[in-house]
Amino acid sequence: MFRNQYDTDVTTWSPAGRLFQVEYAMEAVKQGAAAVGLRSTSHVVLATVNKAASDLSSHQRKVFKIDDHIGVAIAGLTADGRVLSRYLRNECINHSFVYESPLPVSRLVVRLADKAQVCTQRSWKRPFGVGLLVAGLDETGAHLYYNCPSGNYFEYQAFAIGSRSQAAKTFMERRFEAFNGYSRDELIKDALFAIKETLQGEKLTSSICTVAVVGIDEPFHMLDQKIIQEVIDSIEIKEDDAAAATAAADQAPMQEEDKSSEAAPMDI
Amino acid sequence: MALRRDWVYENNGGTCVAIAGTDYCVIAADTRLSVGYSIYTRDYSKICKLADKCVMASSGFQGDLKALQKNLAARHLIYQHQHNKQMSCPAMAQLLSNTLYYKRFFPYYTFNILGGLDSDGKGCVYTYDAVGSYERVGYSAQGTGAGLIIPVLDNQLKSPSPLLLPAKDAVTPLSETEAIDVVKDVFASATERDIYTGDKVEIVVINASGIRQELMELRKD
Repeated sequence: MFRNQYDTDVTTWSPAGRLFQVEYAMEAVKQGAAAVGLRSTSHVVLATVNKAASDLSSHQRKVFKIDDHIGVAIAGLTADGRVLSRYLRNECINHSFVYESPLPVSRLVVRLADKAQVCTQRSWKRPFGVGLLVAGLDETGAHLYYNCPSGNYFEYQAFAIGSRSQAAKTFMERRFEAFNGYSRDELIKDALFAIKETLQGEKLTSSICTVAVVGIDEPFHMLDQKIIQEVIDSIEIKEDDAAAATAAADQAPMQEEDKSSEAAPMDI
Repeated sequence: MALRRDWVYENNGGTCVAIAGTDYCVIAADTRLSVGYSIYTRDYSKICKLADKCVMASSGFQGDLKALQKNLAARHLIYQHQHNKQMSCPAMAQLLSNTLYYKRFFPYYTFNILGGLDSDGKGCVYTYDAVGSYERVGYSAQGTGAGLIIPVLDNQLKSPSPLLLPAKDAVTPLSETEAIDVVKDVFASATERDIYTGDKVEIVVINASGIRQELMELRKD
């Protein structure tokens, strides 16, 4: 419709006051493989689904360590994500060099947002096609931010981005109020649960997901595949037990969500 | 005698020594920070861990040393992000040389020794001048007490002379404990005659099991 007339470059407004190029960039994020982030008072966990282009190729890296206290998970154009990660790493190193202290997370996300905004106001540039979940710890506590291609950023208790992220968001919406009190392991378990929701029936194995943690006294690092598989196995055992316990032979897709909420009280 | 008002350096004194063995490396430096005939502090470390298997010790102007260490640490972080691994000792040696020469016309007033294990696990020591000229050697000393120490090392370490041509690998055949004893003796002797060396010696040992550190008291006068 009119949409096509005003979407040629990013410096053209539509009559309705929208920048279509920026919105198209946010679409690119929605098409990418899912990434979720959860935060408690002492830890932040990031988890991503790693889609491989084909069986022959390797998985794409979607989680990047930025500094000992900050890491990001991306969804969308991974190349843009890689370039932004390099920028973020540089900012952290320069800050540490001058101030001999880690860059506070809130300042990092502002710089990232400003960088993204520049690309929405230059006719010779295009917006970044990647959304970043920034997880970090600083003096003010644990933080999880989401940076949009539009240059906006928000802080979250928990969030999910990428394809079928709504399923993960719905799962977390029911439980997020308790996250602040979660232990590190409970947070990891819920992150994997959330990822499982986005897979919608596909089998969750440690080979298709990446999990990373940052916490007080725990620098940002990715978890070993074996450990992830152990957590997945323990989730699955609880679910099988719950399925056996519930007598109902309900074949609706709701059954999986019921199972996870059944398993939850036994988890905690 | 005109008064020179643009001298921006200071010599904080001190001595550093490093010895490479077949599977270990010992790096040592005293902990005294002086200026002129005064002592600023008896408890200052001149040794810096740059990478898993790479340690640097320097004497000279400690202000420049601090800046140099920070610079190398930042560069090492960038390397790790790009290559997903720690820098090897030979790589760090080249980086240090380039960093020093970069300031060829306003040098870092530091006399450095780099010690660690190379990619084969053998001990390696690299010795530098202030503007980055460097060489891999079997042992070295830098600083105010170096002139007192090097002849003793030449004599006691039982390595082939590093002054021979063709160059022979001067790694010492001594064991780790023997090398540490030589280091302690050599610092005790240098302390006797050099006013800038004393208080304590910090000895760092790198081997396959990691890095460990010990301190030894020296004469305080």
